[in-house]
Amino acid sequence: MSNRRTFLKTLGLSSASFVLGVSSFAKGNAAAVVNMSTDPLSLALEINPFIVIQPTGQITLINPRPDMGQGSTQAVPSLLAEELEVSLDQVTIAQSDGKGKYGNQTSGGSSSVRALWTPIRQAGAAAKEMLIKAAAQRWSVPESECYAEKAKVIHRPSGKSLTYGEVADDASKLEIPKNPKLKESKDFKIIGKYAPRLDVPARVTGKAVYGIDVEVPGMVYAVMLHSPMIHGKVVSIDDAEALKIKGVQKVLKCERPMPHRTSEAVAIIADNYWAALSAKKVVKVQWDNGTLGQTLTTAAYFKKCAEAATKEGLKAEEEGDFAATFGAAAKKLEAVYETPFLAHAPMEPENAIAHIKDDGTAEVWAPIQGPDWALRDLAGYLKIKPEQIKINVALLGGAFGRKAYHDFLLEACFLSKDVKKPVKLVWTREDDITQGPYRPGMMARMQGGVDAKGNIVAYHHHPIGESIQFQVFKAPSNKPDDWVCGELSQKEQKYNIPAFKISYTHVPTEIPIVWWRSVYASNFGFSQEGFFDELAHAANKDPLKARLELMSDARFKKVLETLAEKANWGEKLPAGQGKGIAIFKSFGSISACCVTVAKQGTGVKIEKVVSVIDCGHYVNPDNVKAQTEGNIVMGITAAVKKGITFTNGQSDHTNFHQYQVMRMNEMPKVEIHIVESGAEPGGVGEPGLPPIAPALANAVFAATGKRIRRLPFDLNTLA
Amino acid sequence: MAAITLDINGKKHDLDIDPKMPLLWAIRDVVGLKGTKFGCGMAQCGACTVHMNGHPTRSCVLPVQSVVGSKITTIEGIGTEEKLHPVQQAWIDEQVPQCGYCQSGQIMAAAALLKDKPTPTDADITSAMQGHICRCGTYDRIRKAIHTAAKSKSPKGEMSGGK
Repeated sequence: MSNRRTFLKTLGLSSASFVLGVSSFAKGNAAAVVNMSTDPLSLALEINPFIVIQPTGQITLINPRPDMGQGSTQAVPSLLAEELEVSLDQVTIAQSDGKGKYGNQTSGGSSSVRALWTPIRQAGAAAKEMLIKAAAQRWSVPESECYAEKAKVIHRPSGKSLTYGEVADDASKLEIPKNPKLKESKDFKIIGKYAPRLDVPARVTGKAVYGIDVEVPGMVYAVMLHSPMIHGKVVSIDDAEALKIKGVQKVLKCERPMPHRTSEAVAIIADNYWAALSAKKVVKVQWDNGTLGQTLTTAAYFKKCAEAATKEGLKAEEEGDFAATFGAAAKKLEAVYETPFLAHAPMEPENAIAHIKDDGTAEVWAPIQGPDWALRDLAGYLKIKPEQIKINVALLGGAFGRKAYHDFLLEACFLSKDVKKPVKLVWTREDDITQGPYRPGMMARMQGGVDAKGNIVAYHHHPIGESIQFQVFKAPSNKPDDWVCGELSQKEQKYNIPAFKISYTHVPTEIPIVWWRSVYASNFGFSQEGFFDELAHAANKDPLKARLELMSDARFKKVLETLAEKANWGEKLPAGQGKGIAIFKSFGSISACCVTVAKQGTGVKIEKVVSVIDCGHYVNPDNVKAQTEGNIVMGITAAVKKGITFTNGQSDHTNFHQYQVMRMNEMPKVEIHIVESGAEPGGVGEPGLPPIAPALANAVFAATGKRIRRLPFDLNTLA
Repeated sequence: MAAITLDINGKKHDLDIDPKMPLLWAIRDVVGLKGTKFGCGMAQCGACTVHMNGHPTRSCVLPVQSVVGSKITTIEGIGTEEKLHPVQQAWIDEQVPQCGYCQSGQIMAAAALLKDKPTPTDADITSAMQGHICRCGTYDRIRKAIHTAAKSKSPKGEMSGGK
C-alpha cells in the first residue's frame, strides 16, 4: 500500500481514489490494465498508475514521457482522455518519476505515441467501462443504456447523470474488463484533431520550470572545468586565486563518467553560480594529455574511414547477386559520402541537482529524457538500489538526444557525495559544445549500376564509422551495427533494386558519441538519397519517376505523389533555379521533401522547402507540423553550418559564435503536408529530418551541376 | 561585494553582490526570477534578453553595476497568464513554443520591436530577431506571431509592456 500512497501523496491526492495502471509495455507482451485501487499485486509490481480519479472529481492523468519540446506532455494524456471520454481541460497532467517496472519512460526514438498507442488507450477504455458499470449498478439500469461523455456517465433514457468522481469509489471495486473496446478512429474527438497545447501559456510567461530553474534548500552551485582534450589527466590544480573569490567554497578533482570511459575533471563549488564561473577563469589546471593531441582528431578518424571505404565491409544484407550484377552493369557509379560530427546544442545547457544523503539514499532533479534509464545509471554508479533513488524530472529546454546521456547527472552525484550537500551543476555552453557526446561523423561508400536499358539494377550502401551501440552499450565490433544497417534495409526503404546490398565497417573513436535527432538516419539518409539521385541521372531519368518506378509500396508512392503535387515538381523553373527531392523512412514514418534553390553569386539561396509526412495516426496535426518545421531547420543547419571538428585533440568550436546554427534571416519558405494513411502511428519528432540534406544537395545539383557528397557545405561557395 | 539597487519590473531590490556579476545571474539566482534564461553567456543566442529602459539587452554580459538607475523589465514583467501581453497572446495563438526555453528572449525582442514599429515588415522582423537562436526551429511561427500581434490591439492599444 505504501507505494501507492506515496505516489498519490506526491501528486497531492488522497488515497481514496480510483487508480488504473498498465502492467507491461514490453514488446510482444500483451499489456494488461491493472486496478491499483484494490489489487495488492499491482502494488508489489510497482505498476505505474496512469489514471487517478478522486471522489472529488479531480482526474489526474500521468504522462510517462518527459517533454523536451516534442509535445509528449499533451500527446500521451490525449490518448488516455480520448478513451476515458474526458476533455483535456478537465484533467491535471502529472509527470512520472522513473520508478518501478512500468515500461520504457524514455523520450527517444520518436516512440512515445507509437509505443503507447494501444496500451494507454486500453487503460482509458477500461476505466470508462468500469465507471459506466458502476453508474448503471447504482441506477439499477442496463449498462447498454448508459454512455460516458465529458467525465460523466449519462443514462440515455432518463437523461440523469453521475460524475466520474461520484462513481469512482464504486468503480474501483469492479473487475477490470478483459477486452475493453477501443474507439474507432472515426469517433475520435481528440486524437487527430487540432488542439492548442495547454503547456504553452506557462512557456510564454516565464513560468515554466526547466531543470536549470529548480532550486532546493541548502544547495550549492558547481561548475566543471573539463579536460580540453576530454580524456586528459589532472596533474596539478592551482586554486589560490579562485579561493580568494567571495563565495567560492572548494575546488576539487572529480570525474566525468561516460559510458565508454571515465575522464578526470575539476569542479568549483560556490555559494552562487557567478562566483563559481568567475573562479573557473582563474583556476589553473595542468593536464597530462598523453598523445591525445595526435590521436583525438576528426581528420585521423575520417582518414581511417576513407581507408575502410577502399575495402569490403561486413555484409549485413544482400538481395540478388550484387557483385555479378554490378560487374555486368552498363554504367557503374561509385562515390563516397561524408557527414560530420555534430553537437546537439539544446538551448538549455546540461544541468542537474543531485543530493546524496547521509542515509545513503539519493535524490536528483534534472532535465532528462529517460528517468528509467537515469535510474539504472544512477543505481549502477552510486552502487545503491533503485528504491533508494528518487528522480524528479523537470522540463527540458531542448535535448535532441543529448539529455539521455547522463554524464552531467553523475558528475553532480560525485560532487554531492563529496560536499555532502545538494549540488546544482550547470554546464556552460562551452562545456556543451567542446565535450560532446556528438552525433557521430560517418562515411558511406556507395556503388550502383544501371543496365543498358536504363534500369537501376545494382545498389550497395556501405556505412563506415563509429557505432553508438559499441561505444555506449559495449556491443560487439565484429558484427554489422543493426541501428545503422537495419533502417537502410530494402525491407525498410522499399527500393526494389534487383541486386541490393548493405555492408558495414566499424571504425572506433575516443570522441564521445551518442544519438542525435534521427540518429543514423541523419547520416545515411543523405548518402542513400544523394546517391540515388546520381543513379537516376545516370539512368537519364527524372529523380521522382526513377523512385516511383522502383517503389511498389503504396504508402511510399502516395508520399512521393503528394510531394510532386504540392511542390509542383513538374513546373518549368526560371533559369538558375533547381529542385531536389528525397524520401526516407525512419521511426515508422515516411517523410519526403522537395527543396528549391536559386543560384546566387558563387552559391545558392534556399527558396523553399516542402515536406510531406505519412506518420499514420497522429494525435495533433499542429504538433506534427511543428516538429516537421523543427526538423527542416535542424536538417538545413546540419547540412550547411560547420560541424564539430577536433584538431590537436580539441574541439575547434566553443560557443555559438563558432558553432553556428540557422537563424531567422536564413529561414526559407516552408510548407508541410500530412498524408492521412490511417496506419499504425509512426514517429513524429525525428522522421522529418533525414530527407532535408539530400533534397538540398540534389537541388544544388539541379541548379548548378555541382554534386555535394560531403557535409557540411557552404551555401555561398558550394565548397 | 557592494550594495547594488536594481529596479526590476518596477520593484526596487537592494542586493549585496559583486558589481561585476552579470545582470542575468542577479535576476535569476539573487532576485529569483527564473523566466530569463542562460543560453551561451556571450550574447550570441538571445535567451537572456531583457529590456533596459525599454530596449532589448543581453543580460548575460551586462554587469549589474552598469544598470543601476535603469529600469529593467523581464518576461515576468510584461504579462502574466491572467493578463497576457499581446505578444504572449500571439505566441499562444500561433502555438510558437516547442521546448520554449528561448522564447522569453524572443518575446522580449518582439515586444520591443513592436513598440518601435507597430506594423513591422518581414525585413524589420528579420533584423530584430536574427540575433536569437531557437534550436527547435520555430522561426516561421515567430514571424507569423509577430504579424499577429501587430494586428491585435491590447486593451489600451499599448505594446510597451512596461510594468
